[in-house]
Amino acid sequence: MIITKQKPFEVVLEELGDAKSVFLVGCGDCATLCETGGEDQVKEMGQKLESEGKKVAGSVVLEVGCHELDAKKQFRVQKDEIAEADVILVMSCGAGTQAARAVTDKPVFPANDTLFLGNILRYGNFEEKCSLCGDCILDETGAICPVTRCHKGILNGPCGGTDKGKCEVDPDKECGWTLIYQQLEKEGRVEAMKEYRPAKNWNAVLKPGNFVIPSRRKGGDEGE
Amino acid sequence: MRVSNVLGIENKKPSIEEILDSGKFLVSGEIGPPKGPDIEEMIGHIDLLKDRVHAMNITDNQSSVMKYPSLATALIILEHGGEPILQVTCRDRNRMAIESDLLFAYTRGVRSVLCLTGDSVPVGDHKECKSVFDLESVQLLNLFRTMEEGNDMGGNEMNGPVKFFPGAIVTPEADPLEPQLLKFEKKVEAGARWFQTQAIYDMDHFAKFMKGAREYPVKIQAGLVLLVSAGMAKYMNKNVPGVFVPDELVGEMAASEKGKALDTGIRIMARQIKRIREENLADGVHIMAIGKEGVVPRILEEAELDINDL
Repeated sequence: MIITKQKPFEVVLEELGDAKSVFLVGCGDCATLCETGGEDQVKEMGQKLESEGKKVAGSVVLEVGCHELDAKKQFRVQKDEIAEADVILVMSCGAGTQAARAVTDKPVFPANDTLFLGNILRYGNFEEKCSLCGDCILDETGAICPVTRCHKGILNGPCGGTDKGKCEVDPDKECGWTLIYQQLEKEGRVEAMKEYRPAKNWNAVLKPGNFVIPSRRKGGDEGE
Repeated sequence: MRVSNVLGIENKKPSIEEILDSGKFLVSGEIGPPKGPDIEEMIGHIDLLKDRVHAMNITDNQSSVMKYPSLATALIILEHGGEPILQVTCRDRNRMAIESDLLFAYTRGVRSVLCLTGDSVPVGDHKECKSVFDLESVQLLNLFRTMEEGNDMGGNEMNGPVKFFPGAIVTPEADPLEPQLLKFEKKVEAGARWFQTQAIYDMDHFAKFMKGAREYPVKIQAGLVLLVSAGMAKYMNKNVPGVFVPDELVGEMAASEKGKALDTGIRIMARQIKRIREENLADGVHIMAIGKEGVVPRILEEAELDINDL
Protein backbone atom coordinates (compact mmCIF):
# COMPACT_ATOMS: atom_id res chain seq x y z
CA MET A 1 0.00 0.00 0.00
CA ILE A 2 0.96 3.65 -0.34
CA ILE A 3 2.18 5.15 2.92
CA THR A 4 1.32 8.75 3.68
CA LYS A 5 1.72 11.14 6.58
CA GLN A 6 -0.21 14.29 7.23
CA LYS A 7 1.44 17.60 6.56
CA PRO A 8 1.46 19.88 9.62
CA PHE A 9 -1.86 21.70 9.83
CA GLU A 10 -0.14 25.10 9.51
CA VAL A 11 1.30 23.98 6.18
CA VAL A 12 -2.13 22.92 4.98
CA LEU A 13 -3.54 26.30 6.06
CA GLU A 14 -0.77 28.06 4.17
CA GLU A 15 -1.56 26.02 1.03
CA LEU A 16 -5.21 26.99 1.24
CA GLY A 17 -4.34 30.69 1.47
CA ASP A 18 -7.41 32.89 1.46
CA ALA A 19 -9.76 30.18 0.14
CA LYS A 20 -12.95 30.50 2.15
CA SER A 21 -14.69 27.27 1.26
CA VAL A 22 -13.09 23.84 1.06
CA PHE A 23 -14.25 20.46 -0.27
CA LEU A 24 -12.47 17.55 1.41
CA VAL A 25 -11.57 14.27 -0.29
CA GLY A 26 -10.40 11.22 1.66
CA CYS A 27 -9.41 7.70 0.64
CA GLY A 28 -11.03 4.56 2.01
CA ASP A 29 -8.03 2.42 1.28
CA CYS A 30 -4.35 3.22 2.00
CA ALA A 31 -4.91 6.65 3.56
CA THR A 32 -7.54 5.18 5.90
CA LEU A 33 -5.03 2.58 7.13
CA CYS A 34 -2.39 5.29 7.50
CA GLU A 35 -4.92 7.42 9.43
CA THR A 36 -4.30 10.30 7.06
CA GLY A 37 -7.51 10.31 5.02
CA GLY A 38 -10.16 8.05 6.55
CA GLU A 39 -13.60 9.15 7.76
CA ASP A 40 -12.22 10.20 11.16
CA GLN A 41 -9.38 12.30 9.78
CA VAL A 42 -11.60 13.98 7.18
CA LYS A 43 -14.06 14.90 9.93
CA GLU A 44 -11.29 16.18 12.16
CA MET A 45 -9.79 18.22 9.31
CA GLY A 46 -13.21 19.76 8.68
CA GLN A 47 -13.52 20.79 12.32
CA LYS A 48 -10.03 22.29 12.40
CA LEU A 49 -10.65 24.24 9.21
CA GLU A 50 -13.94 25.55 10.56
CA SER A 51 -12.24 26.66 13.76
CA GLU A 52 -9.92 28.67 11.48
CA GLY A 53 -12.93 30.34 9.92
CA LYS A 54 -13.12 28.25 6.76
CA LYS A 55 -16.32 26.76 5.45
CA VAL A 56 -16.45 23.06 4.62
CA ALA A 57 -18.59 22.90 1.47
CA GLY A 58 -18.71 19.11 1.60
CA SER A 59 -16.61 16.00 1.81
CA VAL A 60 -16.27 12.48 0.51
CA VAL A 61 -14.14 9.47 1.37
CA LEU A 62 -13.65 7.71 -1.95
CA GLU A 63 -13.49 3.93 -1.83
CA VAL A 64 -10.03 4.14 -3.39
CA GLY A 65 -8.54 7.61 -3.68
CA CYS A 66 -6.55 6.99 -6.83
CA HIS A 67 -9.42 5.53 -8.87
CA GLU A 68 -10.11 8.32 -11.35
CA LEU A 69 -13.31 6.82 -12.75
CA ASP A 70 -14.84 6.50 -9.28
CA ALA A 71 -13.67 9.99 -8.39
CA LYS A 72 -15.31 11.33 -11.53
CA LYS A 73 -18.63 9.65 -10.66
CA GLN A 74 -18.56 10.84 -7.06
CA PHE A 75 -17.63 14.38 -8.02
CA ARG A 76 -20.68 14.38 -10.34
CA VAL A 77 -22.91 13.21 -7.48
CA GLN A 78 -21.60 16.02 -5.23
CA LYS A 79 -21.24 18.61 -7.98
CA ASP A 80 -23.19 21.31 -6.12
CA GLU A 81 -20.95 21.10 -3.03
CA ILE A 82 -17.86 21.12 -5.23
CA ALA A 83 -19.18 24.10 -7.18
CA GLU A 84 -19.56 25.96 -3.90
CA ALA A 85 -15.99 25.22 -2.81
CA ASP A 86 -13.06 27.51 -3.68
CA VAL A 87 -10.59 24.64 -3.43
CA ILE A 88 -10.38 20.85 -3.08
CA LEU A 89 -8.18 19.49 -0.27
CA VAL A 90 -7.21 15.86 -0.82
CA MET A 91 -6.31 13.63 2.13
CA SER A 92 -4.83 10.79 0.13
CA CYS A 93 -1.49 10.02 -1.51
CA GLY A 94 -0.03 12.03 -4.39
CA ALA A 95 -1.82 9.72 -6.79
CA GLY A 96 -5.14 10.39 -5.05
CA THR A 97 -4.52 14.13 -5.16
CA GLN A 98 -3.90 13.89 -8.88
CA ALA A 99 -7.00 11.74 -9.37
CA ALA A 100 -8.96 14.71 -8.04
CA ARG A 101 -6.91 16.93 -10.31
CA ALA A 102 -8.04 14.85 -13.29
CA VAL A 103 -11.74 15.22 -12.56
CA THR A 104 -12.20 18.87 -11.60
CA ASP A 105 -10.91 22.24 -12.74
CA LYS A 106 -10.95 23.65 -9.20
CA PRO A 107 -7.62 24.27 -7.44
CA VAL A 108 -6.54 21.00 -5.77
CA PHE A 109 -4.17 20.82 -2.76
CA PRO A 110 -2.54 17.90 -0.91
CA ALA A 111 -3.03 17.44 2.84
CA ASN A 112 -0.46 14.62 3.01
CA ASP A 113 3.12 13.79 2.08
CA THR A 114 3.49 10.49 0.25
CA LEU A 115 6.33 8.35 1.60
CA PHE A 116 6.68 4.97 -0.06
CA LEU A 117 5.09 1.72 -1.16
CA GLY A 118 4.99 -0.09 2.15
CA ASN A 119 4.25 -3.41 3.75
CA ILE A 120 2.17 -3.46 6.92
CA LEU A 121 4.34 -4.92 9.68
CA ARG A 122 1.59 -4.42 12.23
CA TYR A 123 -1.18 -1.90 12.57
CA GLY A 124 0.19 1.56 11.85
CA ASN A 125 3.73 0.33 11.28
CA PHE A 126 4.98 0.20 7.69
CA GLU A 127 8.20 -0.72 5.90
CA GLU A 128 9.37 -0.13 2.36
CA LYS A 129 10.30 -3.37 0.62
CA CYS A 130 9.74 -2.72 -3.09
CA SER A 131 10.79 0.24 -5.25
CA LEU A 132 8.60 -0.58 -8.26
CA CYS A 133 11.68 -0.79 -10.53
CA GLY A 134 10.04 -2.85 -13.26
CA ASP A 135 12.78 -5.46 -13.36
CA CYS A 136 12.34 -7.90 -10.47
CA ILE A 137 15.36 -9.92 -9.33
CA LEU A 138 13.89 -11.33 -6.12
CA ASP A 139 14.41 -14.82 -7.53
CA GLU A 140 18.17 -14.28 -7.18
CA THR A 141 18.21 -12.63 -3.78
CA GLY A 142 16.19 -14.82 -1.46
CA ALA A 143 13.09 -12.68 -2.04
CA ILE A 144 14.73 -9.71 -0.31
CA CYS A 145 15.09 -6.69 -2.59
CA PRO A 146 18.57 -5.09 -2.63
CA VAL A 147 17.34 -2.19 -4.75
CA THR A 148 15.08 -1.17 -1.88
CA ARG A 149 16.45 -2.66 1.30
CA CYS A 150 20.03 -1.60 0.69
CA HIS A 151 20.19 2.19 1.10
CA LYS A 152 22.44 2.45 -1.96
CA GLY A 153 20.40 -0.05 -3.96
CA ILE A 154 23.54 -1.92 -5.03
CA LEU A 155 23.40 -5.30 -6.70
CA ASN A 156 26.58 -7.28 -5.99
CA GLY A 157 26.80 -7.63 -2.23
CA PRO A 158 27.20 -5.46 0.87
CA CYS A 159 29.13 -2.21 0.81
CA GLY A 160 31.85 -1.32 3.31
CA GLY A 161 29.40 0.72 5.36
CA THR A 162 27.67 -2.28 6.87
CA ASP A 163 28.43 -3.22 10.45
CA LYS A 164 27.02 -6.12 12.46
CA GLY A 165 24.08 -6.36 10.10
CA LYS A 166 23.20 -2.68 10.29
CA CYS A 167 23.38 0.13 7.73
CA GLU A 168 25.69 3.14 7.91
CA VAL A 169 22.84 5.60 7.33
CA ASP A 170 20.90 4.53 10.42
CA PRO A 171 21.82 2.00 13.12
CA ASP A 172 18.14 1.03 13.28
CA LYS A 173 18.10 -0.04 9.64
CA GLU A 174 19.08 -3.57 8.68
CA CYS A 175 21.75 -4.04 6.00
CA GLY A 176 19.76 -5.47 3.10
CA TRP A 177 22.71 -7.48 1.81
CA THR A 178 23.34 -9.06 5.20
CA LEU A 179 19.66 -10.11 5.24
CA ILE A 180 20.05 -11.54 1.74
CA TYR A 181 23.19 -13.43 2.75
CA GLN A 182 21.51 -14.88 5.84
CA GLN A 183 18.44 -15.92 3.85
CA LEU A 184 20.46 -17.56 1.07
CA GLU A 185 22.47 -19.36 3.72
CA LYS A 186 19.25 -20.76 5.22
CA GLU A 187 18.21 -21.91 1.78
CA GLY A 188 21.60 -23.52 1.19
CA ARG A 189 22.34 -21.40 -1.86
CA VAL A 190 24.88 -18.80 -0.79
CA GLU A 191 26.44 -19.48 -4.20
CA ALA A 192 23.75 -17.20 -5.64
CA MET A 193 25.61 -14.29 -3.99
CA LYS A 194 28.56 -14.93 -6.30
CA GLU A 195 26.53 -14.35 -9.43
CA TYR A 196 27.67 -11.12 -11.11
CA ARG A 197 24.75 -8.78 -11.63
CA PRO A 198 25.40 -6.30 -14.40
CA ALA A 199 24.51 -2.63 -14.21
CA LYS A 200 20.78 -2.22 -13.83
CA ASN A 201 18.42 -0.89 -16.45
CA TRP A 202 16.97 2.00 -14.48
CA ASN A 203 14.61 2.74 -17.37
CA ALA A 204 12.77 -0.60 -17.36
CA VAL A 205 9.73 1.54 -16.71
CA LEU A 206 10.01 4.66 -18.79
CA LYS A 207 8.92 7.47 -16.50
CA PRO A 208 6.11 8.45 -16.29
CA GLY A 209 4.90 4.84 -16.28
CA ASN A 210 1.94 3.86 -18.40
CA PHE A 211 0.59 0.36 -18.78
CA VAL A 212 -2.43 -1.23 -20.35
CA ILE A 213 -3.10 -4.90 -19.62
CA PRO A 214 -2.93 -6.96 -22.81
CA SER A 215 -6.62 -7.90 -22.85
CA ARG A 216 -7.50 -4.21 -22.83
CA ARG A 217 -5.18 -3.16 -25.59
CA LYS A 218 -6.67 -1.88 -28.80
CA GLY A 219 -4.85 -2.35 -32.07
CA GLY A 220 -1.69 -4.04 -30.86
CA ASP A 221 1.04 -3.55 -28.38
CA GLU A 222 0.90 -0.05 -26.97
CA GLY A 223 1.28 0.60 -23.31
CA GLU A 224 4.12 0.46 -20.81
CA MET B 1 47.32 2.53 -29.08
CA ARG B 2 48.48 4.69 -26.20
CA VAL B 3 47.34 8.26 -26.47
CA SER B 4 48.04 9.50 -22.97
CA ASN B 5 49.75 12.77 -22.27
CA VAL B 6 48.44 14.43 -25.39
CA LEU B 7 48.34 17.65 -23.45
CA GLY B 8 51.89 17.46 -22.33
CA ILE B 9 51.93 15.81 -18.89
CA GLU B 10 54.57 13.13 -18.68
CA ASN B 11 54.48 10.13 -16.38
CA LYS B 12 57.77 10.53 -14.55
CA LYS B 13 57.32 7.59 -12.21
CA PRO B 14 56.87 3.90 -12.89
CA SER B 15 53.25 2.80 -12.76
CA ILE B 16 52.08 0.83 -9.75
CA GLU B 17 51.38 -2.05 -12.12
CA GLU B 18 55.09 -2.10 -13.01
CA ILE B 19 56.09 -1.93 -9.36
CA LEU B 20 53.78 -4.76 -8.30
CA ASP B 21 54.73 -6.90 -11.31
CA SER B 22 58.39 -6.51 -10.44
CA GLY B 23 57.63 -7.90 -6.99
CA LYS B 24 58.57 -4.67 -5.21
CA PHE B 25 56.84 -3.64 -1.98
CA LEU B 26 54.34 -0.97 -3.08
CA VAL B 27 54.18 2.08 -0.84
CA SER B 28 51.39 4.55 -1.38
CA GLY B 29 50.13 7.57 0.48
CA GLU B 30 46.92 9.48 0.37
CA ILE B 31 45.97 13.01 -0.53
CA GLY B 32 42.71 14.37 0.82
CA PRO B 33 41.74 17.37 -1.31
CA PRO B 34 40.57 20.49 0.56
CA LYS B 35 37.16 22.02 0.82
CA GLY B 36 37.53 25.10 -1.27
CA PRO B 37 39.83 26.65 -3.82
CA ASP B 38 42.93 27.09 -1.65
CA ILE B 39 45.07 24.13 -2.72
CA GLU B 40 48.44 25.37 -1.51
CA GLU B 41 48.61 23.05 1.52
CA MET B 42 47.58 20.08 -0.59
CA ILE B 43 50.28 20.87 -3.12
CA GLY B 44 52.74 21.01 -0.23
CA HIS B 45 51.69 17.48 0.76
CA ILE B 46 52.02 16.29 -2.83
CA ASP B 47 55.55 17.72 -3.07
CA LEU B 48 56.45 16.20 0.28
CA LEU B 49 55.24 12.71 -0.65
CA LYS B 50 55.85 12.40 -4.38
CA ASP B 51 59.41 11.00 -4.08
CA ARG B 52 58.86 9.15 -0.80
CA VAL B 53 55.95 6.96 -1.90
CA HIS B 54 55.39 5.20 -5.20
CA ALA B 55 51.96 6.68 -5.67
CA MET B 56 49.27 8.75 -4.00
CA ASN B 57 45.57 7.97 -3.73
CA ILE B 58 43.27 10.91 -4.16
CA THR B 59 40.00 10.59 -2.32
CA ASP B 60 36.76 11.35 -4.18
CA ASN B 61 34.48 13.50 -2.03
CA GLN B 62 35.48 11.23 0.85
CA SER B 63 32.80 10.46 3.46
CA SER B 64 30.30 12.18 1.17
CA VAL B 65 31.85 15.55 2.00
CA MET B 66 32.17 17.89 -0.98
CA LYS B 67 35.85 18.58 -1.74
CA TYR B 68 38.19 19.70 -4.51
CA PRO B 69 37.89 17.01 -7.22
CA SER B 70 39.96 13.84 -7.27
CA LEU B 71 40.47 13.96 -11.02
CA ALA B 72 41.87 17.49 -10.92
CA THR B 73 44.14 16.50 -8.05
CA ALA B 74 45.40 13.51 -10.04
CA LEU B 75 46.51 15.90 -12.78
CA ILE B 76 48.22 18.18 -10.26
CA ILE B 77 50.12 15.18 -8.92
CA LEU B 78 51.26 14.31 -12.45
CA GLU B 79 52.28 17.91 -13.10
CA HIS B 80 54.36 17.79 -9.93
CA GLY B 81 56.08 14.58 -11.02
CA GLY B 82 54.19 12.17 -8.76
CA GLU B 83 52.09 9.12 -9.59
CA PRO B 84 48.36 9.35 -8.88
CA ILE B 85 45.92 6.60 -7.95
CA LEU B 86 42.57 8.03 -8.93
CA GLN B 87 39.77 7.04 -6.59
CA VAL B 88 36.42 6.84 -8.33
CA THR B 89 33.20 6.40 -6.39
CA CYS B 90 29.72 5.73 -7.78
CA ARG B 91 27.83 8.03 -5.45
CA ASP B 92 28.00 11.29 -7.40
CA ARG B 93 28.22 10.27 -11.05
CA ASN B 94 26.23 7.97 -13.29
CA ARG B 95 27.89 5.56 -15.71
CA MET B 96 28.00 8.14 -18.48
CA ALA B 97 29.77 10.73 -16.34
CA ILE B 98 32.23 8.12 -15.01
CA GLU B 99 33.10 6.86 -18.50
CA SER B 100 33.58 10.38 -19.74
CA ASP B 101 35.81 11.28 -16.75
CA LEU B 102 37.84 8.13 -17.36
CA LEU B 103 38.43 9.09 -20.99
CA PHE B 104 39.78 12.41 -19.77
CA ALA B 105 41.93 10.78 -17.09
CA TYR B 106 43.33 8.33 -19.61
CA THR B 107 44.34 10.99 -22.11
CA ARG B 108 46.10 12.92 -19.35
CA GLY B 109 48.24 10.06 -18.09
CA VAL B 110 46.31 8.63 -15.15
CA ARG B 111 47.04 4.92 -15.11
CA SER B 112 45.66 3.48 -11.88
CA VAL B 113 42.10 3.75 -10.66
CA LEU B 114 40.75 2.55 -7.33
CA CYS B 115 37.07 1.62 -7.63
CA LEU B 116 34.72 2.25 -4.72
CA THR B 117 30.97 2.28 -4.31
CA GLY B 118 31.26 5.39 -2.15
CA ASP B 119 29.80 6.33 1.20
CA SER B 120 26.11 7.07 1.58
CA VAL B 121 24.96 10.64 1.08
CA PRO B 122 23.38 11.03 4.55
CA VAL B 123 26.72 10.45 6.34
CA GLY B 124 28.20 13.52 4.63
CA ASP B 125 27.70 17.27 4.40
CA HIS B 126 25.16 17.44 1.57
CA LYS B 127 22.41 15.49 3.27
CA GLU B 128 19.64 16.45 0.88
CA CYS B 129 21.41 15.69 -2.38
CA LYS B 130 20.38 12.89 -4.68
CA SER B 131 22.54 9.78 -4.47
CA VAL B 132 23.43 8.25 -7.80
CA PHE B 133 24.74 4.67 -7.35
CA ASP B 134 23.86 3.96 -10.98
CA LEU B 135 26.78 1.52 -10.64
CA GLU B 136 28.62 0.06 -7.65
CA SER B 137 32.19 -1.10 -7.17
CA VAL B 138 31.88 -4.48 -8.90
CA GLN B 139 30.09 -3.07 -11.93
CA LEU B 140 32.59 -0.20 -12.04
CA LEU B 141 35.45 -2.70 -12.14
CA ASN B 142 33.71 -4.50 -14.96
CA LEU B 143 33.52 -1.23 -16.89
CA PHE B 144 37.31 -1.24 -17.29
CA ARG B 145 37.08 -4.49 -19.23
CA THR B 146 34.46 -2.96 -21.49
CA MET B 147 36.56 0.15 -22.13
CA GLU B 148 39.66 -1.95 -22.69
CA GLU B 149 37.76 -3.68 -25.48
CA GLY B 150 37.08 -0.26 -26.99
CA ASN B 151 33.43 -0.10 -26.00
CA ASP B 152 31.30 1.93 -23.64
CA MET B 153 28.53 0.72 -21.33
CA GLY B 154 25.85 1.77 -23.77
CA GLY B 155 27.17 -0.96 -26.06
CA ASN B 156 28.76 1.52 -28.43
CA GLU B 157 32.19 1.34 -29.97
CA MET B 158 34.59 4.12 -28.96
CA ASN B 159 37.26 5.42 -31.31
CA GLY B 160 39.89 3.48 -29.41
CA PRO B 161 40.47 1.30 -26.36
CA VAL B 162 41.22 2.66 -22.89
CA LYS B 163 43.50 0.75 -20.58
CA PHE B 164 43.86 1.33 -16.86
CA PHE B 165 45.14 -0.69 -13.91
CA PRO B 166 41.93 -1.08 -11.89
CA GLY B 167 41.95 -1.80 -8.18
CA ALA B 168 39.47 -2.14 -5.37
CA ILE B 169 39.19 -2.22 -1.60
CA VAL B 170 38.45 -5.01 0.84
CA THR B 171 37.62 -4.89 4.55
CA PRO B 172 39.37 -7.67 6.49
CA GLU B 173 37.62 -6.66 9.72
CA ALA B 174 34.09 -6.65 8.26
CA ASP B 175 31.45 -8.12 10.53
CA PRO B 176 30.06 -10.47 9.32
CA LEU B 177 33.10 -11.31 7.18
CA GLU B 178 31.64 -13.97 4.84
CA PRO B 179 29.52 -11.65 2.63
CA GLN B 180 32.55 -9.32 2.39
CA LEU B 181 34.72 -12.20 1.19
CA LEU B 182 32.13 -13.15 -1.43
CA LYS B 183 32.26 -9.58 -2.65
CA PHE B 184 36.07 -9.65 -2.68
CA GLU B 185 35.86 -12.68 -4.95
CA LYS B 186 33.41 -10.91 -7.22
CA LYS B 187 35.74 -7.92 -7.44
CA VAL B 188 38.60 -10.18 -8.45
CA GLU B 189 36.44 -11.80 -11.11
CA ALA B 190 35.20 -8.42 -12.33
CA GLY B 191 38.80 -7.42 -13.04
CA ALA B 192 40.36 -5.91 -9.91
CA ARG B 193 44.11 -6.29 -10.32
CA TRP B 194 45.13 -5.09 -6.89
CA PHE B 195 43.52 -4.28 -3.56
CA GLN B 196 43.99 -1.83 -0.74
CA THR B 197 42.47 -2.89 2.55
CA GLN B 198 40.37 -0.82 4.90
CA ALA B 199 42.46 0.21 7.92
CA ILE B 200 43.86 -2.79 9.77
CA TYR B 201 45.38 -2.83 13.26
CA ASP B 202 45.04 -6.42 14.45
CA MET B 203 48.03 -7.92 12.67
CA ASP B 204 47.32 -11.53 13.66
CA HIS B 205 43.83 -11.25 12.25
CA PHE B 206 45.23 -9.60 9.12
CA ALA B 207 47.75 -12.41 8.69
CA LYS B 208 44.88 -14.90 8.84
CA PHE B 209 42.90 -12.90 6.30
CA MET B 210 45.88 -12.72 3.95
CA LYS B 211 46.37 -16.45 4.09
CA GLY B 212 43.00 -16.84 2.37
CA ALA B 213 43.39 -13.80 0.12
CA ARG B 214 46.75 -15.01 -1.22
CA GLU B 215 44.85 -17.77 -3.02
CA TYR B 216 43.64 -15.15 -5.50
CA PRO B 217 45.68 -13.79 -8.40
CA VAL B 218 45.79 -10.24 -7.07
CA LYS B 219 48.21 -8.06 -5.13
CA ILE B 220 47.15 -6.61 -1.81
CA GLN B 221 48.33 -3.54 0.06
CA ALA B 222 47.64 -3.31 3.78
CA GLY B 223 45.73 -0.13 4.58
CA LEU B 224 47.15 1.74 7.59
CA VAL B 225 45.52 4.71 9.25
CA LEU B 226 47.66 6.83 11.56
CA LEU B 227 46.31 6.98 15.12
CA VAL B 228 46.65 10.43 16.63
CA SER B 229 44.96 9.84 19.98
CA ALA B 230 43.33 7.15 22.10
CA GLY B 231 40.06 8.98 21.56
CA MET B 232 40.38 8.57 17.81
CA ALA B 233 40.93 4.83 18.21
CA LYS B 234 37.86 4.53 20.43
CA TYR B 235 35.84 6.66 18.05
CA MET B 236 36.74 4.45 15.11
CA ASN B 237 35.88 1.30 17.03
CA LYS B 238 32.48 2.73 17.77
CA ASN B 239 31.68 4.55 14.53
CA VAL B 240 33.69 3.33 11.57
CA PRO B 241 32.36 0.09 10.08
CA GLY B 242 35.08 -2.50 9.42
CA VAL B 243 37.74 -0.86 11.60
CA PHE B 244 38.88 -2.49 14.82
CA VAL B 245 41.67 -1.15 17.00
CA PRO B 246 42.62 -3.81 19.58
CA ASP B 247 42.54 -2.82 23.26
CA GLU B 248 46.31 -3.03 23.67
CA LEU B 249 46.83 -0.39 20.95
CA VAL B 250 44.15 1.85 22.47
CA GLY B 251 46.03 1.40 25.76
CA GLU B 252 49.37 2.19 24.15
CA MET B 253 47.92 5.40 22.71
CA ALA B 254 46.37 6.31 26.07
CA ALA B 255 49.68 5.74 27.87
CA SER B 256 51.41 8.38 25.73
CA GLU B 257 53.03 11.24 27.58
CA LYS B 258 51.05 14.45 27.36
CA GLY B 259 51.35 15.89 23.83
CA LYS B 260 53.15 12.81 22.55
CA ALA B 261 50.19 10.75 21.28
CA LEU B 262 51.11 11.47 17.67
CA ASP B 263 54.60 10.07 18.31
CA THR B 264 52.99 6.91 19.64
CA GLY B 265 50.78 6.67 16.56
CA ILE B 266 53.83 7.03 14.33
CA ARG B 267 55.66 4.35 16.33
CA ILE B 268 52.70 1.97 16.05
CA MET B 269 52.40 2.42 12.30
CA ALA B 270 56.15 2.06 11.77
CA ARG B 271 56.04 -1.18 13.76
CA GLN B 272 53.13 -2.42 11.66
CA ILE B 273 54.99 -1.66 8.43
CA LYS B 274 58.09 -3.46 9.67
CA ARG B 275 56.12 -6.54 10.61
CA ILE B 276 54.27 -6.58 7.28
CA ARG B 277 57.58 -6.48 5.42
CA GLU B 278 59.44 -8.90 7.69
CA GLU B 279 56.69 -11.50 7.60
CA ASN B 280 55.75 -10.76 3.99
CA LEU B 281 52.15 -10.29 5.07
CA ALA B 282 51.19 -8.12 2.09
CA ASP B 283 52.47 -6.76 -1.23
CA GLY B 284 52.69 -3.24 0.07
CA VAL B 285 51.22 -0.67 2.40
CA HIS B 286 48.84 2.17 1.86
CA ILE B 287 49.47 4.91 4.41
CA MET B 288 46.56 7.12 5.40
CA ALA B 289 47.75 9.93 7.64
CA ILE B 290 44.43 11.73 7.54
CA GLY B 291 45.20 15.41 8.10
CA LYS B 292 48.78 14.64 9.22
CA GLU B 293 50.39 14.05 5.82
CA GLY B 294 53.39 16.01 7.04
CA VAL B 295 54.55 13.17 9.31
CA VAL B 296 54.59 10.48 6.61
CA PRO B 297 58.36 10.93 6.03
CA ARG B 298 58.89 10.28 9.77
CA ILE B 299 56.74 7.14 9.65
CA LEU B 300 58.76 5.84 6.71
CA GLU B 301 62.03 6.66 8.46
CA GLU B 302 61.03 4.90 11.66
CA ALA B 303 59.86 1.94 9.58
CA GLU B 304 63.23 1.99 7.79
CA LEU B 305 61.35 2.06 4.51
CA ASP B 306 62.99 4.00 1.67
CA ILE B 307 61.39 3.29 -1.69
CA ASN B 308 64.71 4.02 -3.41
CA ASP B 309 66.28 1.06 -1.62
CA LEU B 310 63.59 -1.46 -2.56
